[in-house]
Amino acid sequence: MRLEYFQLIDRIAELNVADRTISTEATVPTTNTIFEGHFPGFPLMPGVLLIEAMAQTSGWLVVATHQFKRMAFLAAVKDAKFRMFVRPGQKLSVTATLAHEGSGYAVTHASIALDGKPICDATLTLRVLDFPNDEMRLRMREAAARVGFPNEVAADG
Amino acid sequence: MSSTFDTIANIIAETCDIPRDTIKPESHAINDLGIDSLDFLDIAFAIDKAFGIKIPLEQWTQEVNDGKATTDQYFVLKNLSARIDELVAAKGA
Repeated sequence: MRLEYFQLIDRIAELNVADRTISTEATVPTTNTIFEGHFPGFPLMPGVLLIEAMAQTSGWLVVATHQFKRMAFLAAVKDAKFRMFVRPGQKLSVTATLAHEGSGYAVTHASIALDGKPICDATLTLRVLDFPNDEMRLRMREAAARVGFPNEVAADG
Repeated sequence: MSSTFDTIANIIAETCDIPRDTIKPESHAINDLGIDSLDFLDIAFAIDKAFGIKIPLEQWTQEVNDGKATTDQYFVLKNLSARIDELVAAKGA
């Protein structure tokens, strides 16, 4: 993770468009100014950033489903539960399954695990739109390369 | 009115926090009740669950965007109820 750049995902571990599933890896940094406030003397990964990690993971799945022709924007978060504390340095496994795609929205069931134990989960709704401009699409392609987005899925026709 | 309408109206009232007695068969979900596409997605999911069907929301949206259908056909509640009845009947066929 590079929290100062809002990069919550380190690497796509598995992406299966046919099965509508994705899993990613995200290691919490050992030090960050966020931990000075959350919380002093007891650093914890904020729950809102765990939601963002699930949203970014879900977003890559939606982008893959659309072969990089459309972009996903977070629209709703439902039934978010945080079951355990996440501390600096911990390596998280994030997964998402596409439950609905169409009518301009995608809905995913997303979760995060630590050493196989459930950390948090939520149902996310993402608005699916054309990329608003060429620059964003180019930058997202660069971000895709950084996280290991599969080349065979990245073809944008 | 049919129980299909009542079920849909109850779902809308609960999902969107709209007073139940303001929801009529002639109400247009978007124009009269102010339901936006994000809320309608939740309503569609709840209807799917209640009736054991899958609303072809993408197809409906595409038909409206292409000018092949009007929003009245799908979003005036008595018409929506009729569409749901058709989907339920097709499922049982």
